[in-house]
Amino acid sequence: METLETATRFAAALLLAPLLPGIVNRVKALFAGRKGRPTLQLYYDLAKLARKVPVYSRTTTWVFKAGPAAGLAAAVCALGVLPFGGRPGPLAFEGDFLFIIGLLAFSRFMTVLAALDTGSAFEGMGASREAQFAVFSEPAFFLSLAALSRVTGEFSLAGMFLSLTPDSWRAAAPVLALVTAALFIVMLAENCRVPADDPDTHLELTMIHEVMALDHGGPELAYILYGASLKLWLFAALIAAAVLPRHSGSWLYDGAFFLAAMGGIAAAVGIAESAMARLRMLKVPYMLMGGLIFAALALLFQTGR
Amino acid sequence: MVFFALSILVLASSAFLALASGGLAARARIIGAGGALLGSALGLVSVLKVLFMTGAEAYAGWPAFSVPLGRLALSIDPLAAFFLLPVYLLTAFAAVYGAEYLGAGGGRRTGAAWCCFNLLTASMALVFASANAVLFMLAWEAMAVSSFLLVVYDHHKEQVRRAARIYLVAGGAGALALLLLFSLLGASSGTLDFAAFARPEGGAAAAAFLAALLGFGLKAGVVPLHVWLPEAHPAAPSHVSAVMSGVMIKTGVYGLVRTLGWLAPWDGWWGPALLLAGLASGLVGVIFALAQHDLKRLLAYSSVENIGIILMGLGLGVTASASGSTAVAGLCFGGALLHALNHSLFKGLLFMGAGAVMHATGTGELEALGGLAKRMPRASLYFLAGAAAISGLPPFNGFISEFLIFLGSFGALRGPEAPALWSVAVLLALAAIGGLAGACFARAYGSVFLGEPRSSRCHSAHDCGAPMLAGLALPAAACLFIGLFPSAAAGPAAAAVSSAFGAEPGAAFLSAAELPLAYVSAGALALVLLLALAAALRVFLLRGKVPAAGPTWDCGYAAPTARMQYGASSFAQPLTDFFRPLLRTAGRHAPPDGYFPRGSEFHTEAGAVFYNNFYAPAALMLRRAAYRFSWLQHGRLQFYILYIIGALLALLLWKL
Amino acid sequence: MNTFAELTIVLIILLNMAMSVSGSLASCIRLAAAQGVAAGLLPLMAAGGAHGRAVAFAAFIIALKGLVFPWLMLRARELTGARKEIDPLIGYPASITLCLAAFAASAWLGSRLPLPQSGVAYIIPASLATIFTGFLLITTRVKAITQVVGYLVVENGVYIFGLALFVEQPLMVELAILLDVFVAVFVMGIAIFHISREFDHIDTDALSQLSDWRRGEEG
Repeated sequence: METLETATRFAAALLLAPLLPGIVNRVKALFAGRKGRPTLQLYYDLAKLARKVPVYSRTTTWVFKAGPAAGLAAAVCALGVLPFGGRPGPLAFEGDFLFIIGLLAFSRFMTVLAALDTGSAFEGMGASREAQFAVFSEPAFFLSLAALSRVTGEFSLAGMFLSLTPDSWRAAAPVLALVTAALFIVMLAENCRVPADDPDTHLELTMIHEVMALDHGGPELAYILYGASLKLWLFAALIAAAVLPRHSGSWLYDGAFFLAAMGGIAAAVGIAESAMARLRMLKVPYMLMGGLIFAALALLFQTGR
Repeated sequence: MVFFALSILVLASSAFLALASGGLAARARIIGAGGALLGSALGLVSVLKVLFMTGAEAYAGWPAFSVPLGRLALSIDPLAAFFLLPVYLLTAFAAVYGAEYLGAGGGRRTGAAWCCFNLLTASMALVFASANAVLFMLAWEAMAVSSFLLVVYDHHKEQVRRAARIYLVAGGAGALALLLLFSLLGASSGTLDFAAFARPEGGAAAAAFLAALLGFGLKAGVVPLHVWLPEAHPAAPSHVSAVMSGVMIKTGVYGLVRTLGWLAPWDGWWGPALLLAGLASGLVGVIFALAQHDLKRLLAYSSVENIGIILMGLGLGVTASASGSTAVAGLCFGGALLHALNHSLFKGLLFMGAGAVMHATGTGELEALGGLAKRMPRASLYFLAGAAAISGLPPFNGFISEFLIFLGSFGALRGPEAPALWSVAVLLALAAIGGLAGACFARAYGSVFLGEPRSSRCHSAHDCGAPMLAGLALPAAACLFIGLFPSAAAGPAAAAVSSAFGAEPGAAFLSAAELPLAYVSAGALALVLLLALAAALRVFLLRGKVPAAGPTWDCGYAAPTARMQYGASSFAQPLTDFFRPLLRTAGRHAPPDGYFPRGSEFHTEAGAVFYNNFYAPAALMLRRAAYRFSWLQHGRLQFYILYIIGALLALLLWKL
Repeated sequence: MNTFAELTIVLIILLNMAMSVSGSLASCIRLAAAQGVAAGLLPLMAAGGAHGRAVAFAAFIIALKGLVFPWLMLRARELTGARKEIDPLIGYPASITLCLAAFAASAWLGSRLPLPQSGVAYIIPASLATIFTGFLLITTRVKAITQVVGYLVVENGVYIFGLALFVEQPLMVELAILLDVFVAVFVMGIAIFHISREFDHIDTDALSQLSDWRRGEEG
């Protein structure tokens, strides 16, 4: 029974992840007064891309094809560690968040290499920016998890989020608020959302993540899009668990509450994207440093209590 | 111990046989490489016996070879064995690789190179196994001399001679500091045997610690004592660079660990001092690595970074055990020692990979390479494994040791305030180093192996022969193995921690790391499985379809050339700009001008900041000071003999 | 509720960071004013009850720091025409790193100082960090007005430090300092005004030409 439940949760995450970008786009369309894409657009796109035949550049090697596969495999593997609705993932252990960060770094490394493999100046530019932003976002991510670990005294994601309760917010509100802000900034940057990057931009010179996928098509592009939605799910789940720590006994109730929170975070991303303009490229590191400083303050604050 | 003695014997005798083979390079190669292989195999037997079966082994030494204040004693405890393991492994790999790399055309020099290589291995083994300060210093100096001779292998190049000079000075300075360390320890314990060393009283302990930090730090390449490392390591032949960067700098780490063992209980500031030295090395090393244009220099700077990671682990461990958290200390020590082993494997692999690239193209200049993954598919695959491992990515071994240090610092975070604040610094630095190292090695791999060739040198490149490929494949396989089954390496690491810092941290390490490592192993296997599944799914989706081939879609530009690619400089530019105050990047910049620009130029170089701003002025001052004593120099033998007699007489009178 | 006091402390620290990277003079003045308001609100939250005298005192402080000072300085900015961005002598990444390092150092210092335990976490480090940030603004910025802002920030820090020591009665200490600063701001404002009339700019760097010793003359 326990195994079945875990498997259900894992499958639900895998199936529902492409819904998040759909919600973001619906919210943006609502704000702009447009009709907008269908909420399920990403599912249609994935189905279409899976049937397509790709075109490979003569410059590329196997690294180009391995990049998207590595990104997807790492994202699925990370999802196995992630708690779902207050329940531990199938691969939860002490220090599991370090493994998640390692997986994210692995997927980034391979994506960057796949982009460099094409020999295109534009893709090189995107790869360079991705590598640069990681230098700031990774420490911010680390420190915010460290602050959470210090607040709860736990070493695993599931442990941290299980021992967070509404009371923790009463006791350590400044720390948790700072951590949430830091995680939100990291989420925006890692998932290439406004204000760090614009997923809908049409100018290659200003792209970061999209430009690295310019030469990918067919199943590889489907892998990339699906992997990106899983990554968004991952960060949203972390924030949902930090902001809304509510556990009841029934897993049905918890699961429903969790999914509602995920929808709310996707809506928040959509609102942020509608309300904010994109930052100048040179300013993005400062935004990430802001996130880093939020996290560092949270940790220092918590350490001195 | 018999096997160990045999291995030293084989290494030494093959060294002299190789030298004696005269101009017959082919024979020298067989003797040298064969001797190194046989010696390593014999040594491995003794090391594995200590690590997995018997525990510590000691040899009291021949009474006939006794020296004042002690005996020429050898001992291999688990700590020494743990450091000997990479010595023998990497020597074996490098010997196989070097048999092809050095080629048969070197004439007389080939024999000399093999002689020095085998002597270097033997002296390193002796450094780790000696149980007496006199023997230790003898082996230490033999190691310095043999590696110096290997560094000047290409002595017709001015740059190499300069590097060798700096290396020699650094080695001498380090040995002086070690003499001070051993005289302090010997004075307090009355003997020079390691087993009898006791902590000196009062300030002498702190002085000993500082001397060790200076002497061993010089060998390990700790910032700001690292200036010789990025000069000397790239100058040597690649398989020697692999051994120097992979194993020889670890003698410094080993020495520090041993010294910490002798000087326990530790003063409060030692942990933070080690930690700050590690912090500086890690960050400075990786930032400078990111700005390098030469593949081997990049790798040398990255060695400085990895030494930094090891020292951070040691320093946090010392800080934590001062505040009584044994489990945290165990994790940090274990992670640091394991990182020393892991770094040997992947840095050896990467240096030998760089050698393969230079062998095929004749250059290590990042801006002149590119597209080699097509031309050297197998070497590029192994290099990729090394790059992923050194960036600390699962499922490779670099992730495992960094994971352990991270776990330790998260543990310290929960504890009392002082270690918790230090662990915040470690966390921040390790995370930043991780991101920077990923960028650095993505840049290196991308500009060497991916894209289109940036110069004509790459067009005729091809994969190297079987021996060199074997020298690359074996360490790559070892990296993957430790990454997938870390528990196999945790046992020896725990034994090493126990023999260095006492049984308690060792046991704590094993019990704290066992479960997480098992899960990490499961996760890494799951990752590999998922990768295979994703690949299989792609094959399934593409069944019966033939993907089209075309040019790279360069946003509509129809005639892209190789020179339009993002190069190594452009890839790193956002980050090097950010760190410009540290890097002091200098360069020429002549942008295109007018409507029909003729030519333009762009050239940058990260300065040798520490050398130019500190060591060069200091050396100048020293020379000026020395000039005042030039009246003592007459160039006449008689006067010098007079000086010697005078000094002897003065000493005699002083002792009377 | 100490939670709100702690949130205010966090806000004050974040304002420090923001000031150390803010590029425009006006926003720097406004940030300092916001910090003054936050500091003024602090005793109301920390003391628990909001009794009459405390409220009056807080209102006075907030009015002075949140309205009068910024108004004075914005006016001085108008009059001197110092509309340009403030030129920092060191880069923004370095500024913010220094600021963060100052906070970490203050955290350590705060744990070492033999002070009475206050109910609000991190009030001492926050005050020390604010003082450091003020000095950072004073020492690394070229424009004279920014230096006045720096003095204000230092004063905020001293005020918070006073709060930490005498949560109930910071009045006497505070009023004395406040008067000093008030006079200082006034004098500075007048001085800046006159300097700028005389020399058409208010770069203190350029003022060093007035000294006897000149760069490059010592050979």
